[in-house]
Amino acid sequence: MLQVTINGQLHHFDNPLSLQQLLEHMSIQNKRIAVERNGEIVPRSQFTLQTLSDGDQLEIVVAVGGG
Amino acid sequence: MDDFIVAGKHYSSRLLVGTGKYKNFNETRAAIEASGAQIITIAIRRTNIGQNPNEPNLLDVLPPSHYTLLPNTAGCYSAEEAIRTLRLARELLDGHSLVKLEVLGDPRTLFPNVVETIKAAEILVKENFQVMVYTSDDPIIAKQLEEIGCVAIMPLASLIGSGMGILNPWNLQIIIDSTQIPVLVDAGVGTASDAAIAMELGCDGVLMNTAIAAAQNPIMMASAMRKAVEAGREAYLAGRMAKKTYSASPSSPNEGILPVQPK
Repeated sequence: MLQVTINGQLHHFDNPLSLQQLLEHMSIQNKRIAVERNGEIVPRSQFTLQTLSDGDQLEIVVAVGGG
Repeated sequence: MDDFIVAGKHYSSRLLVGTGKYKNFNETRAAIEASGAQIITIAIRRTNIGQNPNEPNLLDVLPPSHYTLLPNTAGCYSAEEAIRTLRLARELLDGHSLVKLEVLGDPRTLFPNVVETIKAAEILVKENFQVMVYTSDDPIIAKQLEEIGCVAIMPLASLIGSGMGILNPWNLQIIIDSTQIPVLVDAGVGTASDAAIAMELGCDGVLMNTAIAAAQNPIMMASAMRKAVEAGREAYLAGRMAKKTYSASPSSPNEGILPVQPK
Protein backbone atom coordinates (compact mmCIF):
# COMPACT_ATOMS: atom_id res chain seq x y z
CA MET A 1 0.00 0.00 0.00
CA LEU A 2 1.40 3.30 -1.17
CA GLN A 3 0.21 6.72 -0.12
CA VAL A 4 1.13 9.65 -2.38
CA THR A 5 0.02 13.28 -2.23
CA ILE A 6 -0.67 14.64 -5.71
CA ASN A 7 -1.42 18.35 -5.98
CA GLY A 8 -2.45 18.39 -2.34
CA GLN A 9 -4.77 15.35 -2.55
CA LEU A 10 -4.02 11.96 -0.99
CA HIS A 11 -4.01 9.00 -3.35
CA HIS A 12 -3.60 5.31 -2.49
CA PHE A 13 -2.04 2.65 -4.68
CA ASP A 14 -1.93 -1.08 -4.04
CA ASN A 15 1.24 -1.83 -5.96
CA PRO A 16 4.56 -0.04 -6.42
CA LEU A 17 4.61 2.15 -9.51
CA SER A 18 6.89 4.46 -11.42
CA LEU A 19 6.12 8.10 -12.08
CA GLN A 20 5.49 7.20 -15.72
CA GLN A 21 2.93 4.55 -14.67
CA LEU A 22 1.22 7.06 -12.43
CA LEU A 23 0.91 9.54 -15.30
CA GLU A 24 -0.45 6.76 -17.54
CA HIS A 25 -2.93 5.85 -14.83
CA MET A 26 -4.06 9.50 -14.87
CA SER A 27 -4.04 9.51 -18.73
CA ILE A 28 -1.76 12.54 -18.82
CA GLN A 29 1.48 10.87 -19.94
CA ASN A 30 1.34 12.61 -23.32
CA LYS A 31 0.35 16.02 -21.99
CA ARG A 32 2.65 18.99 -21.60
CA ILE A 33 3.24 18.83 -17.87
CA ALA A 34 6.05 19.36 -15.41
CA VAL A 35 6.48 17.34 -12.25
CA GLU A 36 8.00 18.21 -8.92
CA ARG A 37 8.67 15.38 -6.48
CA ASN A 38 9.33 16.34 -2.87
CA GLY A 39 10.39 19.81 -3.96
CA GLU A 40 12.72 18.66 -6.75
CA ILE A 41 11.89 18.91 -10.44
CA VAL A 42 11.83 15.53 -12.18
CA PRO A 43 13.11 15.78 -15.76
CA ARG A 44 10.89 14.02 -18.29
CA SER A 45 13.68 11.55 -19.05
CA GLN A 46 13.47 10.35 -15.44
CA PHE A 47 9.73 9.52 -15.43
CA THR A 48 10.22 5.82 -16.17
CA LEU A 49 13.21 5.54 -13.82
CA GLN A 50 11.70 7.02 -10.69
CA THR A 51 9.67 4.66 -8.55
CA LEU A 52 7.26 6.38 -6.18
CA SER A 53 7.80 6.00 -2.45
CA ASP A 54 5.27 6.03 0.35
CA GLY A 55 4.69 9.61 1.50
CA ASP A 56 5.86 11.24 -1.73
CA GLN A 57 4.61 14.74 -2.40
CA LEU A 58 4.01 15.37 -6.10
CA GLU A 59 3.10 18.56 -7.86
CA ILE A 60 2.01 18.25 -11.48
CA VAL A 61 1.61 21.53 -13.34
CA VAL A 62 0.38 22.69 -16.73
CA ALA A 63 0.29 25.96 -18.63
CA VAL A 64 -2.96 27.92 -18.28
CA GLY A 65 -4.14 31.29 -19.48
CA GLY A 66 -2.66 34.19 -17.56
CA GLY A 67 -1.38 37.72 -17.90
CA MET B 1 13.18 47.62 -39.79
CA ASP B 2 12.18 48.73 -36.31
CA ASP B 3 12.29 45.45 -34.46
CA PHE B 4 11.67 44.98 -30.79
CA ILE B 5 14.72 43.14 -29.48
CA VAL B 6 14.67 41.35 -26.16
CA ALA B 7 17.24 38.84 -24.94
CA GLY B 8 18.85 38.99 -28.39
CA LYS B 9 15.73 37.92 -30.27
CA HIS B 10 13.96 40.14 -32.80
CA TYR B 11 10.19 40.65 -32.89
CA SER B 12 8.19 42.78 -35.30
CA SER B 13 5.37 43.30 -32.77
CA ARG B 14 5.80 45.52 -29.73
CA LEU B 15 2.52 44.40 -28.22
CA LEU B 16 2.77 41.53 -25.74
CA VAL B 17 -0.45 39.98 -24.51
CA GLY B 18 -1.69 37.75 -21.75
CA THR B 19 -3.88 34.72 -22.29
CA GLY B 20 -6.10 34.94 -19.21
CA LYS B 21 -9.74 35.90 -18.64
CA TYR B 22 -11.09 34.90 -22.07
CA LYS B 23 -14.46 33.13 -22.40
CA ASN B 24 -12.93 30.12 -24.12
CA PHE B 25 -9.91 29.04 -26.12
CA ASN B 26 -11.49 30.12 -29.41
CA GLU B 27 -11.79 33.66 -28.16
CA THR B 28 -8.25 33.51 -26.75
CA ARG B 29 -6.85 32.40 -30.08
CA ALA B 30 -8.85 34.92 -32.14
CA ALA B 31 -7.93 37.85 -29.88
CA ILE B 32 -4.26 36.97 -29.86
CA GLU B 33 -4.23 36.62 -33.62
CA ALA B 34 -5.91 40.02 -33.97
CA SER B 35 -3.38 41.60 -31.62
CA GLY B 36 -0.48 40.47 -33.77
CA ALA B 37 1.45 39.67 -30.60
CA GLN B 38 4.37 37.29 -30.89
CA ILE B 39 5.19 37.06 -27.19
CA ILE B 40 2.35 35.82 -25.01
CA THR B 41 2.26 35.23 -21.29
CA ILE B 42 1.03 32.04 -19.66
CA ALA B 43 0.57 31.00 -16.06
CA ILE B 44 1.69 27.77 -14.40
CA ARG B 45 -0.91 25.99 -12.30
CA ARG B 46 -1.60 22.58 -10.79
CA THR B 47 -3.23 20.26 -13.28
CA ASN B 48 -6.83 19.48 -12.46
CA ILE B 49 -6.72 15.82 -11.48
CA GLY B 50 -9.71 13.86 -12.65
CA GLN B 51 -10.64 16.31 -15.39
CA ASN B 52 -11.27 14.91 -18.83
CA PRO B 53 -7.75 14.23 -20.11
CA ASN B 54 -8.90 14.91 -23.67
CA GLU B 55 -9.83 18.47 -22.85
CA PRO B 56 -7.70 20.82 -24.94
CA ASN B 57 -4.75 22.45 -23.27
CA LEU B 58 -3.76 26.10 -23.74
CA LEU B 59 -0.57 25.01 -25.49
CA ASP B 60 -2.60 23.04 -28.06
CA VAL B 61 -4.36 26.29 -28.95
CA LEU B 62 -1.26 28.51 -28.76
CA PRO B 63 1.62 26.24 -29.73
CA PRO B 64 5.18 27.19 -28.71
CA SER B 65 6.13 26.75 -32.38
CA HIS B 66 4.06 29.84 -33.27
CA TYR B 67 4.58 32.05 -30.23
CA THR B 68 7.28 32.95 -27.77
CA LEU B 69 5.69 31.86 -24.52
CA LEU B 70 6.43 33.97 -21.50
CA PRO B 71 5.63 32.02 -18.35
CA ASN B 72 4.74 34.29 -15.46
CA THR B 73 4.77 34.00 -11.68
CA ALA B 74 1.34 35.51 -11.13
CA GLY B 75 0.03 34.67 -7.69
CA CYS B 76 3.49 34.36 -6.13
CA TYR B 77 4.10 36.42 -3.00
CA SER B 78 7.70 35.45 -2.27
CA ALA B 79 10.95 35.07 -4.17
CA GLU B 80 10.97 31.38 -3.29
CA GLU B 81 7.52 30.69 -4.82
CA ALA B 82 8.38 32.67 -7.95
CA ILE B 83 11.66 30.81 -8.49
CA ARG B 84 9.96 27.46 -7.95
CA THR B 85 7.25 28.34 -10.48
CA LEU B 86 9.75 29.38 -13.13
CA ARG B 87 11.90 26.29 -12.67
CA LEU B 88 8.77 24.22 -13.32
CA ALA B 89 7.96 26.44 -16.31
CA ARG B 90 11.41 25.85 -17.77
CA GLU B 91 10.92 22.10 -17.45
CA LEU B 92 7.42 22.35 -18.94
CA LEU B 93 8.69 24.36 -21.93
CA ASP B 94 11.75 22.22 -22.65
CA GLY B 95 14.42 24.51 -21.28
CA HIS B 96 12.88 27.81 -22.40
CA SER B 97 14.52 30.59 -20.38
CA LEU B 98 12.64 33.83 -21.19
CA VAL B 99 10.30 34.49 -18.27
CA LYS B 100 8.16 37.15 -16.67
CA LEU B 101 8.97 37.61 -13.01
CA GLU B 102 6.40 39.21 -10.77
CA VAL B 103 6.36 38.96 -7.02
CA LEU B 104 3.24 40.44 -5.54
CA GLY B 105 3.00 42.21 -2.22
CA ASP B 106 -0.69 42.37 -1.50
CA PRO B 107 -3.75 40.58 -2.93
CA ARG B 108 -5.93 43.71 -2.97
CA THR B 109 -3.66 45.92 -5.07
CA LEU B 110 -1.41 43.22 -6.61
CA PHE B 111 1.30 45.82 -6.10
CA PRO B 112 4.77 44.35 -6.62
CA ASN B 113 6.93 43.49 -3.64
CA VAL B 114 10.16 44.94 -4.97
CA VAL B 115 12.35 43.53 -2.19
CA GLU B 116 11.29 39.97 -3.02
CA THR B 117 11.39 40.79 -6.75
CA ILE B 118 15.05 41.81 -6.50
CA LYS B 119 15.89 38.70 -4.45
CA ALA B 120 14.23 36.46 -7.03
CA ALA B 121 15.81 38.28 -9.99
CA GLU B 122 19.30 37.79 -8.57
CA ILE B 123 18.84 34.03 -8.26
CA LEU B 124 17.03 33.60 -11.59
CA VAL B 125 19.74 35.50 -13.49
CA LYS B 126 22.37 33.27 -11.88
CA GLU B 127 20.37 30.25 -13.06
CA ASN B 128 20.52 31.63 -16.64
CA PHE B 129 16.91 32.70 -16.88
CA GLN B 130 16.25 35.70 -19.11
CA VAL B 131 14.13 37.79 -16.81
CA MET B 132 11.54 40.33 -17.91
CA VAL B 133 10.54 41.85 -14.63
CA TYR B 134 7.27 43.41 -13.49
CA THR B 135 7.96 46.16 -11.00
CA SER B 136 6.73 49.45 -9.60
CA ASP B 137 7.48 52.65 -11.51
CA ASP B 138 10.39 53.44 -9.19
CA PRO B 139 13.38 54.51 -11.30
CA ILE B 140 15.92 53.43 -8.65
CA ILE B 141 14.50 49.91 -8.42
CA ALA B 142 14.37 49.75 -12.23
CA LYS B 143 18.06 50.63 -12.38
CA GLN B 144 18.89 47.97 -9.78
CA LEU B 145 16.97 45.33 -11.72
CA GLU B 146 18.92 46.30 -14.84
CA GLU B 147 22.21 46.00 -12.95
CA ILE B 148 21.25 42.53 -11.69
CA GLY B 149 20.99 41.44 -15.32
CA CYS B 150 17.27 41.44 -16.14
CA VAL B 151 16.57 41.65 -19.88
CA ALA B 152 13.59 44.03 -19.66
CA ILE B 153 12.00 46.29 -17.07
CA MET B 154 8.21 46.24 -16.97
CA PRO B 155 6.84 48.92 -14.69
CA LEU B 156 3.15 49.16 -13.98
CA ALA B 157 1.21 52.06 -15.48
CA SER B 158 -1.47 51.52 -12.83
CA LEU B 159 -2.76 48.52 -10.87
CA ILE B 160 -3.04 45.14 -12.62
CA GLY B 161 -6.45 44.76 -14.25
CA SER B 162 -7.54 48.28 -13.24
CA GLY B 163 -7.64 49.85 -16.70
CA MET B 164 -6.70 53.17 -15.09
CA GLY B 165 -4.11 54.02 -17.73
CA ILE B 166 -0.75 55.71 -17.21
CA LEU B 167 -0.92 57.44 -13.86
CA ASN B 168 2.67 58.61 -13.68
CA PRO B 169 4.18 59.34 -17.09
CA TRP B 170 6.97 61.28 -15.38
CA ASN B 171 8.35 58.26 -13.56
CA LEU B 172 8.03 56.16 -16.70
CA GLN B 173 9.99 58.76 -18.60
CA ILE B 174 12.78 58.73 -16.00
CA ILE B 175 12.95 54.92 -16.20
CA ILE B 176 13.07 55.01 -20.01
CA ASP B 177 15.78 57.68 -19.99
CA SER B 178 17.94 56.04 -17.33
CA THR B 179 18.03 52.40 -18.44
CA GLN B 180 19.64 50.73 -21.44
CA ILE B 181 17.43 47.63 -21.60
CA PRO B 182 13.87 47.55 -23.00
CA VAL B 183 11.16 49.17 -20.89
CA LEU B 184 7.61 47.89 -21.31
CA VAL B 185 4.48 49.10 -19.63
CA ASP B 186 2.95 46.09 -17.94
CA ALA B 187 -0.42 46.48 -16.24
CA GLY B 188 -2.94 49.26 -16.12
CA VAL B 189 -3.66 49.88 -19.80
CA GLY B 190 -7.42 50.35 -20.25
CA THR B 191 -7.90 51.40 -23.84
CA ALA B 192 -6.01 52.10 -27.05
CA SER B 193 -4.97 55.66 -26.17
CA ASP B 194 -3.20 54.38 -23.03
CA ALA B 195 -1.08 52.05 -25.15
CA ALA B 196 -0.33 54.84 -27.62
CA ILE B 197 0.74 57.17 -24.82
CA ALA B 198 3.10 54.52 -23.41
CA MET B 199 4.71 54.12 -26.82
CA GLU B 200 4.88 57.88 -27.43
CA LEU B 201 6.77 58.23 -24.15
CA GLY B 202 9.40 55.94 -25.61
CA CYS B 203 8.48 52.58 -24.14
CA ASP B 204 9.82 49.65 -26.15
CA GLY B 205 6.58 47.76 -25.83
CA VAL B 206 3.37 47.23 -23.91
CA LEU B 207 2.12 44.11 -22.16
CA MET B 208 -1.58 43.80 -21.47
CA ASN B 209 -4.29 41.25 -20.82
CA THR B 210 -7.46 42.60 -19.19
CA ALA B 211 -7.77 45.62 -21.49
CA ILE B 212 -8.36 43.17 -24.34
CA ALA B 213 -10.02 40.25 -22.56
CA ALA B 214 -12.49 42.39 -20.61
CA ALA B 215 -13.51 44.58 -23.56
CA GLN B 216 -17.07 44.11 -24.85
CA ASN B 217 -15.51 42.88 -28.08
CA PRO B 218 -12.08 41.48 -27.21
CA ILE B 219 -11.12 40.68 -30.79
CA MET B 220 -11.82 44.20 -32.02
CA MET B 221 -10.01 45.65 -29.01
CA ALA B 222 -7.02 43.42 -29.75
CA SER B 223 -6.90 44.92 -33.23
CA ALA B 224 -7.25 48.44 -31.79
CA MET B 225 -4.34 47.79 -29.43
CA ARG B 226 -2.19 46.56 -32.26
CA LYS B 227 -2.80 49.81 -34.15
CA ALA B 228 -2.35 51.95 -31.04
CA VAL B 229 1.03 50.41 -30.27
CA GLU B 230 2.12 50.84 -33.88
CA ALA B 231 0.81 54.42 -34.03
CA GLY B 232 2.42 55.35 -30.72
CA ARG B 233 5.73 53.88 -31.82
CA GLU B 234 5.65 55.75 -35.13
CA ALA B 235 4.78 58.99 -33.38
CA TYR B 236 7.70 58.47 -31.01
CA LEU B 237 10.11 57.77 -33.87
CA ALA B 238 8.73 60.67 -35.92
CA GLY B 239 9.42 63.04 -33.05
CA ARG B 240 6.50 65.11 -31.92
CA MET B 241 6.36 68.89 -32.46
CA ALA B 242 7.43 71.11 -29.61
CA LYS B 243 4.61 72.16 -27.32
CA LYS B 244 3.71 75.86 -27.38
CA THR B 245 2.10 77.20 -24.29
CA TYR B 246 -0.28 80.13 -24.33
CA SER B 247 0.15 81.03 -28.01
CA ALA B 248 -1.33 79.60 -31.18
CA SER B 249 0.35 79.15 -34.53
CA PRO B 250 -1.98 79.11 -37.56
CA SER B 251 -1.65 76.24 -39.98
CA SER B 252 -2.76 78.34 -42.97
CA PRO B 253 -0.67 81.22 -44.43
CA ASN B 254 -1.22 84.74 -43.13
CA GLU B 255 -0.43 86.20 -46.55
CA GLY B 256 -3.17 86.71 -49.11
CA ILE B 257 -6.05 86.72 -46.67
CA LEU B 258 -8.99 88.51 -48.29
CA PRO B 259 -9.27 92.08 -47.01
CA VAL B 260 -12.22 92.98 -44.88
CA GLN B 261 -14.89 94.47 -47.17
CA PRO B 262 -16.04 97.99 -46.25
CA LYS B 263 -19.71 97.99 -45.20
